[in-house]
Amino acid sequence: MNVTPAAVAINTFREAVRDRVLYNLVFFALLMIGAAIFVGQISIGIERLVIINLGLTAISIFGLVMAVFIGVGLVYKEMEKRTLYSLLAKPVRRWEFLVGKYTGLLLTLCVNTAFMTLGLAAALFYVGRPFVRSDASILVAVYFILLELALVTALALFFSCFSSPMLSTLFTLGIYVTGVFAKDIRDVGELTNVSAMKTLTSVVYYLVPNFHNFNAIATAGHGNSVPFSLIWQNTAYAVLYAGVVLLAASAVFSGRNLK
Amino acid sequence: MGTPAIEILGLTKDYPVGFWRKRMVRSLDNLTLEVEEGEVFGFLGPNGAGKTTTMKLLMGLIYPTSGTARIRGRAIDDIQMHREIGYLPEQPYFYDYLTARELLDYYARFSDYSAAERHERVERFLERVGLAEAGDVQLRKFSKGMLQRAGIAQAILHDPHVVFLDEPMSGLDPIGRREVRDIIHELKQKGRTVFFSTHILTDAEMLCDRVAVLAGGKLQGVGAPNEIVSIEVHAMEILFEARDGRSLPAGIAGRATQIGGRIRVEVPESELYRALDELRSCEARILSVTPVRPTLEDYFLLLVGREKAISHAVEVNPR
Repeated sequence: MNVTPAAVAINTFREAVRDRVLYNLVFFALLMIGAAIFVGQISIGIERLVIINLGLTAISIFGLVMAVFIGVGLVYKEMEKRTLYSLLAKPVRRWEFLVGKYTGLLLTLCVNTAFMTLGLAAALFYVGRPFVRSDASILVAVYFILLELALVTALALFFSCFSSPMLSTLFTLGIYVTGVFAKDIRDVGELTNVSAMKTLTSVVYYLVPNFHNFNAIATAGHGNSVPFSLIWQNTAYAVLYAGVVLLAASAVFSGRNLK
Repeated sequence: MGTPAIEILGLTKDYPVGFWRKRMVRSLDNLTLEVEEGEVFGFLGPNGAGKTTTMKLLMGLIYPTSGTARIRGRAIDDIQMHREIGYLPEQPYFYDYLTARELLDYYARFSDYSAAERHERVERFLERVGLAEAGDVQLRKFSKGMLQRAGIAQAILHDPHVVFLDEPMSGLDPIGRREVRDIIHELKQKGRTVFFSTHILTDAEMLCDRVAVLAGGKLQGVGAPNEIVSIEVHAMEILFEARDGRSLPAGIAGRATQIGGRIRVEVPESELYRALDELRSCEARILSVTPVRPTLEDYFLLLVGREKAISHAVEVNPR
């Protein structure tokens, strides 16, 4: 068994959990979920919907912030601080390092998301609402958020291999926003009747990750179930897309001269 | 003769510079060098000579423009080669959120040790570099010297056959420098090969079987340190205390300088014994006799300025 990526992943996780900024983010996320209780109380009749919507949105936004801001520094920081020098002098292949960094951040995001989900469950419990079977869709929505974060992390890591954190943040967020509106962008292209525009928007639609499909917050809020086919489709899509991005990152990083 | 520990063949590295990165600057120019197993080999040169570039090329951190290198017969792009080497980067920086113990444990994980072996090694090497008591302190609280010790520990933790140390004495106090010298001696006694770069000539003299001098990315010469340094001795310094009431011989008094209660005089090497006899005759107390050599900085300046003349003088084994 190759222990190298696992060792790098554990170290990355350790770095994240020893960073106070992370705790601030989790604190603010839990605060937002707590605020959802208050907002829920003044939303007559739709308390459940409001708490779930706000809670899941907080989990998504703070997860995104963590994935982007930690992700863009994953490789860059190691190059800039030259911590990579002594590591790559060990029998560590560059792709193993990347996979380790990626897995470590993903592990961090999973743990944080789990904490925030517990916060949301506590908020729902606090307002005295019994848990019902349809609440499983909340967990599915959280799972989709994690898939989304896995994609965002892969993109951030990819950009981190060759650009500064500032540029990587811009690139990653740019692709994220484009991905959220990918379907709308294609629809706009269809409406123009200009073939070049149609082609361009289609290319964008197929090229950027389609983040819209990972949004099950409204479905969870209304207590509707998420089709099983969508769960596995999204899983396969995220795994494949992140895999391709990691391969590209590995190709770029393997050819780099460390300054 | 067996396979050389390090075999460098025409290693060249060009860096692109400028906004469009079209202009190339040559950092290392056709370096060819062999280091035998068990040698302590010093890599000398002024800043920008190409020492660190060479080390980074050998570690696979940067890629050569042309040329190749092998370490214990393995190409430098062979991952298995990394099991046989240890590396201390110049001015090392480590994960500052880790403690020294955690850092060494992390690096030991890449060497297939069991948890018990890892633990034993980490403790042994923390002790070896004098960090046993600071083992649970986060590296962000370490001084430069302590970081250097942690760096040395991680470089030799897995008992590598070839150890690369980039400026290992940098940032260390005299005790630390002595400890590093002891470690290098120990490695040599165990038959390990040590390849280290330094600016400090005395370290090279004390430790190295051979040294290579690099300037402007080019190899200027390879040889035993005394072969390079001895040609530069141009005077002997005598430090002594004069006996009360005794006047100094004329030949010495004329070039003597008073330093506190002591007197310092520089004489040509050929006149040393005569000067010592004269001092003995006037009952002076000899404190020290030291060869006066130019500093390494002087030597490097000379190298850069008069590359050809010096390269002729130091080139012991021209390649």
